[in-house]
Parts: sequence; C-alpha cells; structure tokens
Amino acid sequence: MAADKPPTGARLVGRYTLLGIVTFVVLFPVYTTVVAALKPGNKVLEQPLLPTAFTLGILRDAWTDGRLGRYLVNSLIVAVIITIGQLVTSVSSAYAFAMLDFPGRGALFVLFLATLLVPLEATVVVNRRTVDNLGWLNSYQGLAIPFVATAFGTFLMRQTFLSMPKELLESAKIDGAGHFTFLRVIAIPLVKPTLGALALFSFLSSWNQYLWPNLITTDPDMNTVQSGLRLLRFGSLDKPNLLMAGTVIAAVPIVIALMVFQRSLIRGLTAGAVKG
Amino acid sequence: MAARGHKRRRWDQLPIAIAMLLPSLIILTTFVLYPLGRAIWLGHQRCDGQGKRCTSNGWDQYWDVFRSTEFQNSLWVTFKFALITVPLGLILGVGLAVLGNKTLRGIGLFRTVFSSTVATSVAVASLMWFFLLQPEVGALSNVGWLSDLFPTLKSPGLLRNPNTALWSVALSSVWASLGFTFILVTAGLQGIPEDVHEAAAIDGATGSRRFWAITLPLLGPTLLFVVIVLTTRAFQMYGEVDLLTEGGPRPDATTTLTYLTYGEQSIINNNEGLKAATAVLLFVVLLALSMLQLRGIGRRVHYGS
Repeated sequence: MAADKPPTGARLVGRYTLLGIVTFVVLFPVYTTVVAALKPGNKVLEQPLLPTAFTLGILRDAWTDGRLGRYLVNSLIVAVIITIGQLVTSVSSAYAFAMLDFPGRGALFVLFLATLLVPLEATVVVNRRTVDNLGWLNSYQGLAIPFVATAFGTFLMRQTFLSMPKELLESAKIDGAGHFTFLRVIAIPLVKPTLGALALFSFLSSWNQYLWPNLITTDPDMNTVQSGLRLLRFGSLDKPNLLMAGTVIAAVPIVIALMVFQRSLIRGLTAGAVKG
Repeated sequence: MAARGHKRRRWDQLPIAIAMLLPSLIILTTFVLYPLGRAIWLGHQRCDGQGKRCTSNGWDQYWDVFRSTEFQNSLWVTFKFALITVPLGLILGVGLAVLGNKTLRGIGLFRTVFSSTVATSVAVASLMWFFLLQPEVGALSNVGWLSDLFPTLKSPGLLRNPNTALWSVALSSVWASLGFTFILVTAGLQGIPEDVHEAAAIDGATGSRRFWAITLPLLGPTLLFVVIVLTTRAFQMYGEVDLLTEGGPRPDATTTLTYLTYGEQSIINNNEGLKAATAVLLFVVLLALSMLQLRGIGRRVHYGS
C-alpha cells in the first residue's frame, strides 16, 4: 500500500517480475489476435505464437470484403443517435423531476425507477415484433430508437440537478428567465462533467450491444460492428486471420476513444460505486 | 417528495413537466413496460409448429416451462456460470488493483494494461478467445508442445469438451470484465485515506494483516458494487455463449437462460410463446437477484465516513 517504503533490491526485481508476468497473461489473447491478423493465410497456423510473417492485406480484406468499414459506420451512426437521444431525454426528464413541482411526480418517478428492474433480455422478444410492425427491421431507427431514453440517465441527471443550489433557480426567475433559459444558460453548463460521463457511458453501451442488432438485422449492410463480427465468425471459419483482422478493426476505435476520454470513463464507471 | 410538504399542488407546472417527461415516457412505455406486460401475456400461449399461430393455453404453461428439463438445465448452467465468474472476477480484480496500487516507476503503464480489457466488446473478447481455443484453426491447439501436453486442446477442443466448455466461456468472460473490475477497485483503493495505513503500520501491523484488517473492510461498498455488476452480467450473458459454443456441446452444456431464449440453436427457437415464457422467467430470476442485492446493501458492509 501507499504506506509501504519503496522496495529496493531483490524485492524490487520481484515486483517487476510479478507485474511482467501478469501483463503477459492479460495481454496474451490480444497478442495472438494481432499476430494472426497480420499474417497471410498460409502462415497463420504455423507457429501461431510468433510473428513469422507480416502483411496488411488481411486487414484490408476484412475492411472491404468483410465489410468492417460499413459496419463501423453503422455502429457510429447508431451510437451517436442513442447518445444524443439519451442526453436530451435524460436532461429533460431529470429537470422535470428535480426542479419542477407537479401532481403525480412521486408516482411517475417510481415508475421510471421500476423500469431499471426490467432487463433488456426480458423485453426484446416483444420489441422485435414492435419494431417489425413499425417497419423498422434493418434500419437505423430500429437499432437506435428503443434505447434513446433510460431511467439510469434520468436518475443520474436528477441527482446532479438536486445537488445544485436552489437559489440559482430562484435568482434566475427573479431575473425573468424561464425554465428553458435557465436550463440552457445555467444548469447544463454546471452539470457538464456528469453529462460527459453519461455520454461516454451511453456511447459505449450502445456500441457494445450484441443481442439486439443480431435480432433485428437480416440485411448484411445494416449490421453493426458487433453483429457483423458474428457474421464473420460463422462465415469465415477457415480464415482465422480474416476473423482476427476483423476483431482488431472492431476494437481499435474504442481503444482510441478510451485513451482520449480516460478520465471521464473512470468517472462514469465509478459513478455508481461511490456513495451519495 | 417536496410536493407533500407544501400542500398547494403546483398544477400550473404540470403542462411543462409533461412536455419534458413525454419523450422518455413514450420510449420507456413502448420499449420497456409494454413489452414486459405483453411477454407475460404471450407466455401463456401455446404455438403451432411454425410458432406463428398461438392459442391461449392457461397460465400453467409457466409452471410447465419452469419444470421442463431444458429450463432447469439452463437455470443450473446460468448459476454455475455466475458461481465461476463472480468470485474469480472479484479475486482477480482485487489482486490486479492491489498490484497496480504500488508506488513504482512506470506503474502507470501497468495500470493502463490492467484496465485495457474494458475496451473490448463482448464480440471482440469472445472472438479473441475463440481463436485461442478453437481445436482446428485455433492458436493454442497449433502450438505443438502445448497440444501434446494437453491433448484436449486439439481433440475435441476445450470448447467442445462438455467438461471444459463452460469453464472456457467463463474464462473469456472473466478476462473481458477484468479491466472494468480493476478500474472500480483501484478507485476504491485510492479512496482509502493514507493515514489509516500509516497508523496501522506504526502500530506494527504487517502488509498482509493491513490488507485483511483495513483495506478489504474499507473496500466493502466497492466490492459489493462489483459483485452486483458481475452477477447481473453473468445472468444476462449471451454473446459469449453465442459466439464460442452456441449453447453446446450438444445438447446443452452451455445453454444459459438467455441462450435458451434467444439462441439460434435453442430448442425453442421457433416458439414465440415459449420464448416469452422463458424471457419472463428470466426477468423473475433477475428481479429476485436485485431484491437480494438490495437487502444485502447496508448489511455487513462498512461505509467509510
């Protein structure tokens, strides 16, 4: 722990050895994946643990023939719609719950919270029918619209609004500002860090969705990255390097995004863990 | 709620409140509340061979489904999966976090590595492990000395051996959530004030004693949160099974509740009524789990001031 004196000599070597071994174990699946993705087909199963050959051609194949380029665009569009939708609906409903006083507020809030108890897995059987009836199979709206509002986002933003000093709204009212102006000029700038965390969380969870895009996509062109990887998995069993190249392409954007947004990711992930 | 405090209800704010709540209300009603109710209704219908024409069959269909060997098996598989992944994920996550919490030159790099699996989606992580474990075209089975040492890697393959399939899927899943657990526990560790450790060290407590007597109890809330998330994930896990084993080896060694409900190879794949029934039963199981967790919060957990 932090109270320890920095180790020296043999202990120091021991620490680094341990860290090295653990790093090796954690990164091993990544390593074999990248090695395979960069090997031409005839070499991929000779010495799979060593980078004995190198080509970027398989990555290119996965991008074009494996359609990963198309899937990435689809995933991006869907995730952006869902993220913006969730930010707007969460802020708006959270504001109503936190700053407005109206009959039925308590009951409605409980109703919102109750939806947190309903897992996606229990609703998609019927949601697939609903989306089918709306004519939304194989469409961006079908992939995105069911997720543009969440009780989690509402709850998170409500907590944040409640922590703002009440006097802010009072003084804004005296200055003649309506709710909309107050929200735009004062409240939203104040809660930006939480909004950022919520945006990242929404984006990641929609990007990672697996079950839903598989259920409502039959047109190969409308697959997201995740459901597209499934197609690749069942379609190219004899080409492990193509499959691994697709996996690499699917992973890279998120790796980059997480490097950029490391701080708010940690804030987002730990938001539920801390008290209050 | 404050509204009860001042008796005067604010009817004048109702229109704007409705306008602001409406988008969320429409979505949550259409895609969360209605489908749940509808699924409960559908669950008591029996459908024909194509699964399209369904007739009411009485509510005991739920009981029939619950008692069926298929459902019982998938319930058991799901529990086993949770019993493997939750403790393993927790122990490894805490281990990594403690390891990464030392003051050493270059520790930041190791922390980045330990949290890296958070960047993998279910599909990405599963396909990495699929390639590692596949018997014919997999990385490990084509390493000569390794498959000599563990012949099951090659034939039938860890994912096709009924005794190892679930463990292999669990391993992939634990690996994928390791980064997430590491980040949470690290945040928890850094929230423990240093002077507590210093005081204990002055009192002569050794490193391991400080870990069990101070670190772990103070981590309580964090660990509870991790357990809740890991358990929920375990019960909702779908992609790993779909990509790694398709519920197999036949008939159903890794058929979880979710795979039974949604899997292409599932025995009830074409029966809407039965699908709805298992989905509702899955909901009930998860609900029971949430209730247990809510009861657990606040008990046996030390909340720091």
